[in-house]
Amino acid sequence: MVRSLLLLLFCLACIVVSRSALSSNDFKGREARSDGLAAWQQVYSVLTSPRCINCHTATNYPQQGDDRHHHFANVIRGPEGNGVPGLNCVSCHQSANAESTGVPGGRNWHLAPLSMRWQDENDQPLSSAVVCHSLTDRTQNGGLNAAGLLKHNEEEPLVLWAWNPGRKQDGTMRTLPALTHAEFVAATRQWIDAGMPCPR
Amino acid sequence: MVSLYLDFPASAQEGGQAPPAKIYPPDAFIHIRPDGKIVIQVNRVEVGQGTHTALPMILADEMDADWSQVIAELAPAADVYKDPLIGVQWVGGSTAIANSFPQYRELGARARSMLVQTAADRWRVKPEQCRTASSIVYGPGNRSVRYSDLANEAARRPIPDKVALKNPSEFKLIGKPVRRLDGRAKCDGSHKFAIDLDLPGMLIALVARPPVFSGKVRSFDDKEARAVPGVRDVFEYPLVKGSAVAVVADKFWIAKQARDRLKVDWDLDGIEHADSSRLFAQYKELAKTPGGVALKRGDEMAIDRIPESQRMVAEFEFPYLAHAPMEPLSLAVRFDGDRAEAWVPAQLPTWEQIATAEVLGLAPEQVKFNVLFAGGSFGRRGLVDSHLVREAAAIAKRVRGRPVKLIFTREDDMRSGYYRPMFVHRVEVGIGSDGAPLAWRHVVVGQSFVKGTGVAMEAMLVKNGVDHLAVEGSSDSPYAIPNVDLTAHHPTVNVPVLSHRSVGYGHNSFVRETLIEELADRAKADPITYRLKLLNKDAYKFRAVLTLLNEKASWRTRLPAGHAVGYACSEYNNTACACAAEVSIANRRLKIHRVTVSVHCGLSVNPLTVESQFQGGIGFGLTQVMPRGAITLKEGRVEQGNFDRCTPPYIADAPADIDVHVVQSTEPPTGVGEAPVPIIAPAVVNAIYHLTGKRYRSLPLIEL
Amino acid sequence: MATYHLTVNGQRKEVKVDPSTPLLWVLREELKMTGTKYGCGISVCGACTVHLDGVATRSCVVPISLLGNRRIVTIEGIGSDPVGRVVQEAWVEKDVVQCGYCQSGQIMSACALLKANPKPTDANIEESMGGNLCRCAAYVRIRQAIKDASKRLA
Repeated sequence: MVRSLLLLLFCLACIVVSRSALSSNDFKGREARSDGLAAWQQVYSVLTSPRCINCHTATNYPQQGDDRHHHFANVIRGPEGNGVPGLNCVSCHQSANAESTGVPGGRNWHLAPLSMRWQDENDQPLSSAVVCHSLTDRTQNGGLNAAGLLKHNEEEPLVLWAWNPGRKQDGTMRTLPALTHAEFVAATRQWIDAGMPCPR
Repeated sequence: MVSLYLDFPASAQEGGQAPPAKIYPPDAFIHIRPDGKIVIQVNRVEVGQGTHTALPMILADEMDADWSQVIAELAPAADVYKDPLIGVQWVGGSTAIANSFPQYRELGARARSMLVQTAADRWRVKPEQCRTASSIVYGPGNRSVRYSDLANEAARRPIPDKVALKNPSEFKLIGKPVRRLDGRAKCDGSHKFAIDLDLPGMLIALVARPPVFSGKVRSFDDKEARAVPGVRDVFEYPLVKGSAVAVVADKFWIAKQARDRLKVDWDLDGIEHADSSRLFAQYKELAKTPGGVALKRGDEMAIDRIPESQRMVAEFEFPYLAHAPMEPLSLAVRFDGDRAEAWVPAQLPTWEQIATAEVLGLAPEQVKFNVLFAGGSFGRRGLVDSHLVREAAAIAKRVRGRPVKLIFTREDDMRSGYYRPMFVHRVEVGIGSDGAPLAWRHVVVGQSFVKGTGVAMEAMLVKNGVDHLAVEGSSDSPYAIPNVDLTAHHPTVNVPVLSHRSVGYGHNSFVRETLIEELADRAKADPITYRLKLLNKDAYKFRAVLTLLNEKASWRTRLPAGHAVGYACSEYNNTACACAAEVSIANRRLKIHRVTVSVHCGLSVNPLTVESQFQGGIGFGLTQVMPRGAITLKEGRVEQGNFDRCTPPYIADAPADIDVHVVQSTEPPTGVGEAPVPIIAPAVVNAIYHLTGKRYRSLPLIEL
Repeated sequence: MATYHLTVNGQRKEVKVDPSTPLLWVLREELKMTGTKYGCGISVCGACTVHLDGVATRSCVVPISLLGNRRIVTIEGIGSDPVGRVVQEAWVEKDVVQCGYCQSGQIMSACALLKANPKPTDANIEESMGGNLCRCAAYVRIRQAIKDASKRLA
């Protein structure tokens, strides 16, 4: 009699234990995803800031300025994203910011390929979901896996440029993205750790 | 460029047929060097219009000079280089060829005559036994002698009163396509513009100007500016209105760095802070009331008797336009106490020499005034108030003993004012039963750059309080409209204004040619036929160009889908022209595929020049329609500072094909620099109507 | 002030200027080479175009401190280049220039185009020359001269 009771109690305890374990995982999973999405929103807020999105266009031209207007002098994408002979990106953009003349610069200044566009053809930023999918699709993102994405955001010179964008002609500093670079990297890492979730 | 006439414009250029009253000494215009080179003085600044080649061609042809040995120079300021009809040395009004054609022919013919006479005397033969070709005099029996071997002796001869000019059938250069004399040097970097001037000891001046016109310096802090190595001086000096601070330094970049560190406290009180939006609203109110009378013909009440259904009212808005030549303003002056020297790409050397002398306390003869090549002007360097030399002289006076080159940065240039004024037009048209305009009531509102200035030409140009330059194109319309009531208001605004290539025609021809085409469309008539039918009987040049256009623009009946054609015609200083423009719109961007132009300019002295001025003038005239082609002011400040915000046409904006057709004529040549500018904007807008159903009456075309 | 060693049109030059000085003004004022022109100062017009290691570059926005050891070719030297010489001849043959102020830059841009693509289409021409401003609007003859040069290079 006592043995059956003990067995029942044990079973009950097991059930209780296992159920709470289940819901704990489940809870962790949901929490992880929502943390990951929050981290993604932070990443997205940087990607769609003018310093980044101005060169991630869907058109054959870059944008410039905080108001993201059509870049002057009819500069265009060209077959390789670096302009055309006579009018290359590097015709004006040197390997570092030109403080005295107000032209931003960085190593290998060029447009992101069309597969990495973060705007539509009316110059409107694409939604968070679309950009997220594009970033995690290895056929669009230059073949980067998670580690590659993290390294890109941490070390790529043109990415780093966004936090050292130089002065405009009038001497004022260009505006920075909403996060610091360190915060941007941390958010990237958090998003990656959460399995790179994308909004639906 | 300004239209200056001794008679009123309609009859001015009949004078082109009469020989100039004065006999010009050949040795002031021609120097034959011992090595055979012939240096010809051109009495006009070269701003791109081609007179540096065309005027020497005229002289060299009559002279039978070897063209390959001709060198052309820009004459300095001097009495002998004044325009023979106008009486001042100047470039403007498309008058160079028209007014100097007989003059340069006579100069060449006189020189030839004196050379032949010299050779004839040497050989003891009669001049009639000699002939000339390619800088050589040939005499009887195989004798020949080069001009360079006769020159010294010939120069000592008395200048003959009369000379025989060539029969046009004998022209070897005139009427032929001759490449520019300055072409090669402009392609290899050796050509010098005013901004390229380099003199021993020269300093550079940049100026901090008030952000609102007529503002003045209250105080300035130059401590940091002076700390830049190579800065020589920082000082305030007066402008025509207000004052500014000059920074003088060894080099441009030093002056710029110093100026950037200058802190100026501007006194902007008590002056008008002009604002484009406010001005347009004021002008539109003014346009509802009649102004000073420019033209009244027929019955001024006629329009009120025409039924409403047969009347239209149209309002037009034209913004300020910047000339924005590719070479920003610059000039140099050196003051040495009892004399001075100036180096200026001047359209008005006579007046500018006087103004320079005035500022320096000298007599004009004490100022050696050199005329330099200009990288474009479009009227910007034709300064009624001589403000540039006044500034440069004031700076040179302070610096003393060293030449100072005053340079305008692009921002300085674009914000410096002296714009084509903004205008509002209000037109009421009463249409007859035949679809032709029966009555035309028209009010023009815009600043005058002549009225109230007290300059010599004011009396000629301003009548009944109306500045002719603001209404030309309307007051001299080639169309036979029986009842016309044309008046104008000239508000005073604190924005300096100036003539701008094609002056009044730029906006008046737009109004006229868009309305005329609208009437033609209304009457379901072909726009060229409609115009031909409406022309005044004596508008024979317009008739000729419209007829030629009809012939040369036969493509207009075979347009691809999505393309449309529009037309316009205009004139300048007795040159008439017309065009058809083929247009389409893609992605809300205008594309002009082709323009066919016809022109009547009398005898074409250099067909290559005529073609280039027409192709270029049309490209220039497009600036008016470009989305960012305008200058606007907001609360006193000019909103544009560089080509990023005030954007003229680039190659993709300009027509890929412009074919130019000249009416064959032996009439005296008339100028071509300005005639083409007004025709493209109305033609394009007329075409756009067929693509969008909209009639644009406000320029520029910000959005399609 | 700093000392810089430049190679301009094949020649070694030494200049002493503030590092912030744009290459345009080093050429114009230190080396007295005024063929390269100042039109805007913000790289929107192209009048200041030179070649740096063969790449068409707008010298008004390149501070001398960012030049490095890139070899400079200017309008004064492009005639020694076989393509440059043909382009200049075409420009003269077609009587392209009016005021001429923008033409140094136009020629340098055209040379960059033709060196990369000796048979440019109309679209290629419009794209490569698309950022060079000409207020005289000599664009029709600029196109013709490039096509003429292309034929001569064939």
